[in-house]
Amino acid sequence: MKGLFALLLLALSVSNTFAGAPSQEGNSKEDTKAEIKEYIDHHLQDSHDFNLYAYTGEDGETHHVGFPLPVILWDDGIQFFMSSAFHHGEEVVESNGNYYRLYHSKIYKTDAEGTLTYDADHGDHPTNVRPLDLSITKSVVMMLVTGILLILLFRGLAKSYQKNEGIARGIGRFFEPIVIYIRDDIAIANIGEQKYKRYMPFLLTTFFFIWFLNMFGLTPLGVNVTGNIAVTTALAVLVFLLTNFTGTKDYWKHIFDPLGDGMPWIGKIFIYIILVPIEILGMFIKPFALLIRLYANMTAGHVVLMSLIGLIFIFKSWIGGPLSFGLSFAISLIEVLVALLQAYIFTMLAALYFGFASETHDHAEEHDGEIQHL
Amino acid sequence: MEKLVNDFSFGLFIWQIILFLLLLFLLRKFAWKPILKAVNDREEGIKNALASAEDARREMENLQADNEKLLQEARNERDSMLKEAREIKAKMIADAKGEAQEEANKMIKQAQTAIESEKKAAVADIKKQVAELSVAIAEKVVEKELDSKDKQLKLVDNMLNDATLN
Repeated sequence: MKGLFALLLLALSVSNTFAGAPSQEGNSKEDTKAEIKEYIDHHLQDSHDFNLYAYTGEDGETHHVGFPLPVILWDDGIQFFMSSAFHHGEEVVESNGNYYRLYHSKIYKTDAEGTLTYDADHGDHPTNVRPLDLSITKSVVMMLVTGILLILLFRGLAKSYQKNEGIARGIGRFFEPIVIYIRDDIAIANIGEQKYKRYMPFLLTTFFFIWFLNMFGLTPLGVNVTGNIAVTTALAVLVFLLTNFTGTKDYWKHIFDPLGDGMPWIGKIFIYIILVPIEILGMFIKPFALLIRLYANMTAGHVVLMSLIGLIFIFKSWIGGPLSFGLSFAISLIEVLVALLQAYIFTMLAALYFGFASETHDHAEEHDGEIQHL
Repeated sequence: MEKLVNDFSFGLFIWQIILFLLLLFLLRKFAWKPILKAVNDREEGIKNALASAEDARREMENLQADNEKLLQEARNERDSMLKEAREIKAKMIADAKGEAQEEANKMIKQAQTAIESEKKAAVADIKKQVAELSVAIAEKVVEKELDSKDKQLKLVDNMLNDATLN
């Protein structure tokens, strides 16, 4: 019941956000479409301020409601100022004699007038220098919030075990079966009884981090952290590093000598010219698939959901409204499932790769596992 | 692909790595280790409890078997005791019967001898009285018969004849 309510709230709030976006009367449908597309594009990207919603006031100006976030740039030393200085991209900011401008959620270095130079080859993107942007963006804020939430939640669970002699109380009761599921059906099933323990913290953290951020993505806050390529890349890089740094002798042998001792070296040379590069490529493709899968699924979910909600403003009729609402409601439900599913898949596959890396048993079996997985 | 590369924010990447590693470290120390330990301990506890319950059940079964055995023994003992008692009773009755018979026989015998002796005494008495009466009668008869001399002599002759015959 609570979930249903939350979903309703979500649908309503997102529609509210849209209500602010289309502005002047007399806009044609084409304009509305373009506006919605731009809005979705904007939403999918990280943002330098925490925008709750925007509306068009009686004076015809667009007002943004939210709070600014700190901008940190690495450009001849640290440049620090609040994102409110940009006025949502309308103004050029001066910091220590350098001028910066916010354009399509990215910060460019400009001259005092904020001139952006365009190159035909780069299409819409300005060719101005982009300084290293270490700002506390909306995504970073959400990651911090999620992190603190996770620490409070699971620290609470850990403490409740101590207090109640090994029995979880409160909200921990809901998460305990998930922790046990990850241990038994993800870690032990894929890595094995002996070695699963050292991967457990990573798997648990990854699962809950992704799941919580996915769920936050469905709230009216409208954050799209796990649908951000940089975030999924970071996670995949960690999986890659962990896989290869914990790789056993058998793991490396599998990559550089996949056929083992079953064949004389003279025969292997010709096969290995093809096989070894493929295996090495496989090392990188596995985490790459992870990062693309998560990014694409979450982004697609957001695009579909927002497009369906956007239909309300295109149809503007008694049929289109409820239809769009119904559809987006159904998709929201599916997205809740997808949020969990993607977290599960990411964790599951990470565990599978760790399993390959820490395997020490019979070579033939190892190969079977590989084929099954592919 | 170009969009992906363009959207890639290196700053966010760095933040994600730092924050995730920090989160991993903190959660590992403050949450996952105690949680997994608690869960493991609890599972061990459950396993032990189940094992000890099984042990207790087995012990109970043993005890019950023992009890049954004891009961059976007691029952057997009771049966044998009853049987013995019954035998003793029968024997006692039989003994008593024999003794009584003997006693009775003895008493009857005594009675019989007493009766016999009484009878003998009575007979002797009767004989004596008969003899006395006979003598008295004989006296009277003799007095009357031997009042003449001839008759006395004749008697003496008869008696002498009898005596020689003897």
